[in-house]
Amino acid sequence: MAKLTFKTDRCKGCGLCVDACPKGLLRLAADTINKKGHHPAEITDEAACVGCASCALMCPDCVIKVER
Amino acid sequence: MVVFDKPHALADVPMHYCPGCTHGIIHRLVAEVLDELGIEGRTIGIAPVGCSVMAYDYFNCDMIEAAHGRAPAVATGVKRADPDKHIVFTYQGDGDLASIGMAETVHAAARNENITVIFVNNAIYGMTGGQMAPTSLPGQVTQTSPYGRDVKHCGFPIRVCEMLSELEGPEYLERVTVNSVKNIRAAKKAIKKAFQNQIEGKGFSLVEVVSSCPTNWGMTPQAALQWIEEKMLPYYPLGVYKDRTAEEAQV
Repeated sequence: MAKLTFKTDRCKGCGLCVDACPKGLLRLAADTINKKGHHPAEITDEAACVGCASCALMCPDCVIKVER
Repeated sequence: MVVFDKPHALADVPMHYCPGCTHGIIHRLVAEVLDELGIEGRTIGIAPVGCSVMAYDYFNCDMIEAAHGRAPAVATGVKRADPDKHIVFTYQGDGDLASIGMAETVHAAARNENITVIFVNNAIYGMTGGQMAPTSLPGQVTQTSPYGRDVKHCGFPIRVCEMLSELEGPEYLERVTVNSVKNIRAAKKAIKKAFQNQIEGKGFSLVEVVSSCPTNWGMTPQAALQWIEEKMLPYYPLGVYKDRTAEEAQV
């Protein structure tokens, strides 16, 4: 199991991480708006995450920290 | 165990780039390389004019802002002032490097200046609102080519790596892209080699990064990455265009 930490207020809601996740575990939070006014990325099932860091590599704004 | 975190050489501040702009990825790759080579303290970066004009706010190493297109000339001066101490890189877009700064780029390459050039090619002028750039593709719709780039009228896009590879001067020229995780890893390897070459005193190393501009291309970030794959890469093929050390080793 891996641990993802999001700097939510840095997220611009571009969704590149959502597409990068090989297991499809990320989504843009439809019911949340961050300080910038975007729907930030979040993980749906952290227990299923293997910590491959594809999302973090794809993120242009270094929002995601990956630990495992 | 931390698998991924922001590199130290990248400043912990929000970047002004549009959502999904790959400038952020390329900044991070440069910062990761500075961390891994342990050269942040003696590196001086030269920021361009264009979208990445405020790159000096985003790196923790020393930075200088150059006049439009003149980054390789400024880098030459900084490098020659103390060649053993300074590691000098420029970070330039296509409007900066391939248009107004073409002369500086070509001559820095011809002189084999021992600097590293990161060239971000997104085929458009981003900061000024999406005008046609020297690298805009034939038929590409921009603000100043609303019916698509007509090569009879506007000429053909310039392939910088291929053009510079005809010179005797440059040490290393490679074109990479950042439209997928695999390509990002390859891009980092190329950027690291470009800095390694400078540390070893080999000479002019340029890495062209084919990048996206979702805002001015008028696409979602995802569609822009797809557009790189389908439209940009056939015109700008990835690969190593010159690696003098490798060529000499083969002879």
